[in-house]
Order: sequence, then structure tokens, then C-alpha cells
Amino acid sequence: MTELWALFLRAAFVENMPLTFFLGLCTFIALSRKTAPALGLGIAMVAVMGVTVPLNHLIYTTLLAPGAWAWAGLDADLSYLKLIAFIGVIAATVQLLEMVLDRFFPAIYASFGVFLPLLTVQCAILAGSLFMVDRDYTLAQSTVFGLGAGFGFAVAVVMLGAIRARLVYADLPQRLRGLGITFILAGMMSLGFSAFAQMVAS
Amino acid sequence: MPASPSLWQVLTAPLIRQNPVTLQILGICSALAVTTSMATALTMSAALTATLVMSAGTISLIRRHIPDSIRLIVQIVIVASLVIVIDQVLQAYLFDISQKLSVFVSLITTNCLVLGRTESFSRHNPPLRSMVDALGNGLGYSLVLTVIGAVREFFGAGALLGWQVLPTIDQGGWYTPLNLMLLAPSAFFLLGGLVWAIRTALPDQSEPLEYLAPDAQGGKE
Repeated sequence: MTELWALFLRAAFVENMPLTFFLGLCTFIALSRKTAPALGLGIAMVAVMGVTVPLNHLIYTTLLAPGAWAWAGLDADLSYLKLIAFIGVIAATVQLLEMVLDRFFPAIYASFGVFLPLLTVQCAILAGSLFMVDRDYTLAQSTVFGLGAGFGFAVAVVMLGAIRARLVYADLPQRLRGLGITFILAGMMSLGFSAFAQMVAS
Repeated sequence: MPASPSLWQVLTAPLIRQNPVTLQILGICSALAVTTSMATALTMSAALTATLVMSAGTISLIRRHIPDSIRLIVQIVIVASLVIVIDQVLQAYLFDISQKLSVFVSLITTNCLVLGRTESFSRHNPPLRSMVDALGNGLGYSLVLTVIGAVREFFGAGALLGWQVLPTIDQGGWYTPLNLMLLAPSAFFLLGGLVWAIRTALPDQSEPLEYLAPDAQGGKE
């Protein structure tokens, strides 16, 4: 149990997707102008990553991994197909989530707005599944990893959104305004998050 | 859009003026992660440009046959197949570098730059023009990656493309490597600075004020 908790903290803070691996930066930058859309994006990330990483783990181990077809007497290594399989799973999950929310929780669906379909091409989500394969996680570990990574993304994007909402009133050099200062802010947050590295290592 | 610009303009516009990374905010994800040294930055640039040009050509060729409702899925499948091919080629011929790039080659699939260009340009233009546009965007992306990679490797390790330019302390020289340059935050700082520099040179790109300062508002009323 403590191991899983450590993995959650590690995925959320030490290996924060946008700030230490630069993943999902496009949406990270584009949707963090205000806090409210940032929060919506964060919740959607937790939901999608929590579902797709364990699902992809099942698909990879039962269908694609080297030796997965040994029970049928086939010596096949389909792992090179993982990219297409994962993308398909992610696209389908996002679509399904969208339909379920629309049917049963219209209020939540309305607050997500356009962010759900955008998540299909989110690098962080695909990367979650690819890291899961790289590091040989078990099913429980990959669930925790997916939730943790999504949570870390949510925390980072809400924080950046809050800072940028305040920064609107600041008197910045005109050419630095907007994209330029956002990168520098993200850099400072990244410095802060690198302090978390000690937390799990000890 | 102004009445069809010449191919040369389509090629050169994305290099600096319409740069995909600094103006369109596309494809930043991978732009920063692989720039700790110039060699990986160059490999990544080459892989991305190749994917971009080929997917633009393919999608442009079949653009009249893709039903609108499923075009995203079709585009992603085409891009993913091309990326698998490139990944296998890199693993076969440049194994060391492909180990360093690890998952980032696969992540070209979800690079917003590729999908962004196919979605906004290749769908409406003939193959040659789309491929030229893709090449221009690929080169603009490569330019940013190479500049950031060069700065990070030069100050972080005192080297360029693996050649030791500044002799470092632990090799008996005088240069103390700036370790921050090899860590994640420096990439953000450098890119922020680069955006600042480009917007100083091209003032029309800077973003307008959302709110006027209080005294300026008072003056107007």
C-alpha cells in the first residue's frame, strides 16, 4: 500500500508531466489563461488517464506483448503495434466518456466544453501509456500511475491558471506579455517542482 | 488568406515570422524535452520534419476521399503508421540516439504540430503545396530546437555536437559547467527569452493589453 502511495506521489509531483517531462504543454499553455477552464481540463485529465492507462495495460499484456499469444502456440511479438492500439483506445475512451457524461451528467458535460475531444491528441495521455510499458508496471501500479500523473497535471495547470489570471494586471514589458512570460512562469514552477525530487528519494 | 501566395512564400513564412513554436504554440511538448544536446535535437527535428512532410503529402492526396466526420481518426492513423516506420528506422540505424529519445519519437504522433498542419492546411491544398508548407513548418520547428539545443549544450556541458569547445574543470580546463542548463526549467526560460526576442524584432506579434492601467482608464473617461 505504501509503495502505491509513493508511486502516486512520484507520478504527481516528482515526474510531473508538464513541468519535468514537458508533456501536454500545448494544452497546458493554451488553456491556462483563467482558473476555471484550467480546473475543467485538470479533472478531465485525471478521468481520462485513470481509465486509459490500466486499459492499455490490459490490452498490451494480453494481446501485444512478446509471448502474449504463446497459449495459442504462436510466437508473435506485436509490440510494434502498440502506438496505434494505444491511440485507438484513447480516442475511443474519450468518445465514450463524452457520451456517458452527456447522457447521465449533463451539468458536468457542459462544464467540460471543448476540452474532452481535445484530449485525444494530448501528448501526456499517450505518454502515460508508453511509460507504463517502458517501466513494466503491474495493473494496480498502472492504475495508480495514471491517476497520479493526471492529478499532477491538474495541480500544475490550475496553479499556472491562477498565476496568469493575476498577472493580467501586472505591468510587464510589452513584448514579454502573453506567451513569453508564461514560459518563464512555467520555468519557475518547474524549479519549484524539482524540489519534490528529494521528497520521494528519501 | 491573401490570394494564393507563391510556393517560396509558403516555404519561408513559417521559418521565423509564422514560426510554429513561438507564434502558433504548436508542438512545444517535444520541442523542450529533447534539447539537452544538439545531436538529439537535430535527430528529433529530422524525424519530425520527415513525418510532417510525408503525412501532409499523403493526406493531401486523399483529401477528397476522407469523410469529414471521421477525418481526425484517419489522420491520426496515417500519422501513427508513419511514426512507427520512422521509429523502426531510427532503432535500426541510430540505436544510441533512439535510446536517448525514448518515447519522444512515438510522441510525434500526438505532436500538435503535425495534426495542426494537416488539419488546417493539407486538407484544403494540393499535395505539392501542402508538402512545401509542411517542410517550411518542419524547418521552423527545427530552427527553434537547434537554437535551444545549442545554447543548452554549450553552457551546460561546454560542448557543441559532442565536441568540447570550452575545456571544463573536471577535464583540467577553466570552464565550470552551468548545471541548471541541463535541467528542465532552463528550457522554459530559454524559450520564454526566445519568444521575447522574436517579438521585440517583430512588434506586430506582441499581445494586446487585456486591461488598461487604472490611470490610463481614468484619463479616458
